[in-house]
Amino acid sequence: MTLQIEHLRVQHGAITAIDDLSFTVNEGELVTIIGSNGAGKTTLLRALSGLLPVISGSASWLGQSILRKRPEDLVRSGIVHVSEGKAVIPELTVSENLALGGIWRKDRRDVAAATSEVLELFPRLAERLKQGADTLSGGERQMLAIGRAIISRPTLLLLDEPSLGLAPLVIDQIFAAIDALRHRLGLTVVLVEQNAMSALTIADRGIIINLGKLVTINTSDQLLNDPALRSAYLGY
Amino acid sequence: MKIFLDTILVGLSGGAIYSLMSLALVLVWRSTRVVNFAAAGQAILSTYIGYEAMNRMHNYWLSLPIAVLAGALISAIVEALIMRPLAKRSAGTPVESIAPVIATLGVLGGVRSLAGLIWGNTFVQYTSPLSSKGYTIGATTIPFSPQNAAIVIGALIVMAIFATIFTFTRLGLALRAASFQPEIARLSGVRVDRIRTIGWAFAGAAGAVAGALVTPTAYLSPNSLDLLLVSGFVAAVIGGLESLVGAVVGGLVLGVGFAFILQYIGTSVTFSAAFIILIIVLLIRPQGIFGRRSGREA
Repeated sequence: MTLQIEHLRVQHGAITAIDDLSFTVNEGELVTIIGSNGAGKTTLLRALSGLLPVISGSASWLGQSILRKRPEDLVRSGIVHVSEGKAVIPELTVSENLALGGIWRKDRRDVAAATSEVLELFPRLAERLKQGADTLSGGERQMLAIGRAIISRPTLLLLDEPSLGLAPLVIDQIFAAIDALRHRLGLTVVLVEQNAMSALTIADRGIIINLGKLVTINTSDQLLNDPALRSAYLGY
Repeated sequence: MKIFLDTILVGLSGGAIYSLMSLALVLVWRSTRVVNFAAAGQAILSTYIGYEAMNRMHNYWLSLPIAVLAGALISAIVEALIMRPLAKRSAGTPVESIAPVIATLGVLGGVRSLAGLIWGNTFVQYTSPLSSKGYTIGATTIPFSPQNAAIVIGALIVMAIFATIFTFTRLGLALRAASFQPEIARLSGVRVDRIRTIGWAFAGAAGAVAGALVTPTAYLSPNSLDLLLVSGFVAAVIGGLESLVGAVVGGLVLGVGFAFILQYIGTSVTFSAAFIILIIVLLIRPQGIFGRRSGREA
């Protein structure tokens, strides 16, 4: 029971942004996708969440194909994508942004339970429920975006660059929260990051892609200790 | 002083109608980023349907909800059958933002011709049982009739219903999310296409209320709501295009402004006055009274 991706090809305009990519993510695993700008990381997540059409190949979650489905339907089957750049709606309040995550769910009692769990994990959101999301700091916005996703009760969480534009201390907080959430909720996580170091410290495995093609897949420990990869992709 | 107060009363009743038409335009703008010139045509069609209902049932009050339902349905059909496929087909092309607007002009013309074919191009009466004669207080008669009161009350009810839906319901949250950030809304599970159709249906209902309430004070013909479209549009821009409260306030400001110009300057300039008010507001506050200065993110 896994996320299984086989020979996936995705166009981005005239460019083949994802080219014959295959990998699997086991249930409960946190895998990080690493690569430079333009490697196809964001495109991959957008294809998996139904925002971009796939040219060929297959992708399935828990044995069911997830291609050619709308994002709003994939959310209902447990695949929740937190898109790049603090994906909150600034015109809405913090509590409205959170409510959005459970807007389609019938089990209102569990929506309330999930909301309290999120507010317990991110007490700063609890203090700012009535404020507009536009008044939040970058880190708080990222917490809000992740919190909203959790209220949708995902089984597969797709995170796109949660560290983007955040101060190092805040990045540590966000990664610690992701780590805590995945263990507590048994989530499977695909984490796209440019900040490979931080990502690999909480990931089980890393997948390095370049120009839409697979470079290597290995455990986080192996990747962190491979001198060639370190200089090429981790920048030290 | 009496003339001053009378003028405000006249303005409020006219303004309430502009507010409703302005709401119809703002609801469509917010849900799909389209300036809907067809709003007047849709309102004409729903008002004729109300007129037909009244001819059969001989009851104005029963014909009102029929006109409103018809207005909602017509608007939903226009969105689902014309605007949505057009938006998908024109996405990414140079005409992406203008093609839907032109299409609404096409719908306006088409609907007007259709109404002309069915009901003729002559004036008909869609009458309300309420008097259009002003109330008499003591010895003086004020220029505010029971029908004017119905207009103001009707507009207030519509606004209260929309305010409640938008602020307190999950549907309202979905409507706002889908209009501000459709992608985030979809990733949160909002069925954005369906929500947009509902947004249009609400707009059609607001326009239908405007048509059915204002027509008894005048007459009905395929073109009789065209001026209302212009006023509604000006009111919407004054209000900042985005805000429901702004739409209502914009309508009232315009209505009262019109009444004063009519009272103190004369009938001949009323129409140009709409544009003069529009330009003055835009020059002082380009984002409208209730618009955000910063604009929306993304």
